[in-house]
Amino acid sequence: MTAPLSSKTFRFELVAPERILASEDVTMVVVPGGEGEFGVLADHAPVVSSLRPGVIAVQHPSGEMKHIFVSGGVADVTGALCTVLAEEAVNVNDIDSVAVEQKLEELRSAASDAVDDVAKADLARDIAIAEAKLAAV
Amino acid sequence: MPSLKEYRNRIASVKSTRKITSAMKMVAASKLRRAQIQAEASQPYATKMFDMLSRLVAKINIDDSSPFLLAGTGNQDTHLVLVITSDRGLCGGFNGSIVRKARAQIRELLDENKDVKIICVGRKGRDVLKREFASKIIHTFEGLGKKRLTFADAMEVSRFIMDMGARREFDVCHVLFNRFKSVIAQVPTSTQLIPFFVPEKDEEVAAEPEAVYEFEPDAEEILKDLLPRNLSVQIFRALLDSAAGEQAARMTAMDNATRNAGDMINKLTLRYNRARQAYITKELIEIISGAEAV
Repeated sequence: MTAPLSSKTFRFELVAPERILASEDVTMVVVPGGEGEFGVLADHAPVVSSLRPGVIAVQHPSGEMKHIFVSGGVADVTGALCTVLAEEAVNVNDIDSVAVEQKLEELRSAASDAVDDVAKADLARDIAIAEAKLAAV
Repeated sequence: MPSLKEYRNRIASVKSTRKITSAMKMVAASKLRRAQIQAEASQPYATKMFDMLSRLVAKINIDDSSPFLLAGTGNQDTHLVLVITSDRGLCGGFNGSIVRKARAQIRELLDENKDVKIICVGRKGRDVLKREFASKIIHTFEGLGKKRLTFADAMEVSRFIMDMGARREFDVCHVLFNRFKSVIAQVPTSTQLIPFFVPEKDEEVAAEPEAVYEFEPDAEEILKDLLPRNLSVQIFRALLDSAAGEQAARMTAMDNATRNAGDMINKLTLRYNRARQAYITKELIEIISGAEAV
């Protein structure tokens, strides 16, 4: 529990293809940008950034933090709104590390068997996501 | 003239048919509601994605080095057509209308001496298109979203298309699906997927003072990342629309069938009663004339 840097709130939206996962007023969001993590406070300059697999930290006005894992996507930040488009998003507390490890094993063995480049690239991406997921726990 | 027993059997069989169709109607109605909710829930992502893409595309110049999904190959020779139908029948003209449109479009392309490749989603479309274009069908997806349509289903299809794209096996890609307009109207629609159709900048939008966006890493990189996602989203939308449309079409068809069965039962009952009365009258006459003879 950390005191908010700024008491001013803005809207944070986490949107998955199938539904809106979160839409809430927050004081700060830290997103894993493609070029490094960056924090967003209210009235942030407009920016569109790609995301790598990683953890989004969300701070509520009460100072409570929430950590959400995303498998990549894009963040669209305007002064009053921070929208994250992500295909997969799970609360860090809900990650089943055993299951992820098992999946990682499977992916690695599949990757060593893969022959064509496209499948290899797909698997490499999935492995990176699984590794990041494991690191998030 | 059929006997009384035959009438009774006919009525019983039509009654049980009516039971089935009315149950199917109710099942379709509840599935339709679920599909509609799902389609609605997926709207925000698609809208945001489209907004972001339009903004990005406005920022960059399209040239030969642009990604394949945005610019295509520069040729128009090979067309890939993705035809979305249902796996199951008994849904009125749902599959028929989409197949008719697909056939017209494919013939037109063939007349222009273009090469056509077909990917079918759904068994029904494949079964019909196979008759005429068997050699053109390169793949069929079956049983997508059997229980519940997920984004992973759409990704499976889009990955297949992107793999083909990476091998430069087509130049233009269209998707044909039934757009869900309302419960009673599904509109067969053809949408271009690749190259990505850039919306014309209308005056209104251009006049709007646009916030100065920063792009990280830069517009091209983000675009490269977004375009494959957008393809999946568009396919997902098409699949959802088609799924909702299928249930709506089935509901309407089964409603009609239930009503027709009801009409038929009424008609048969009338005839049955008439036959029964004729039979009673005949028996009475026999008894009376028998009594008179005594």
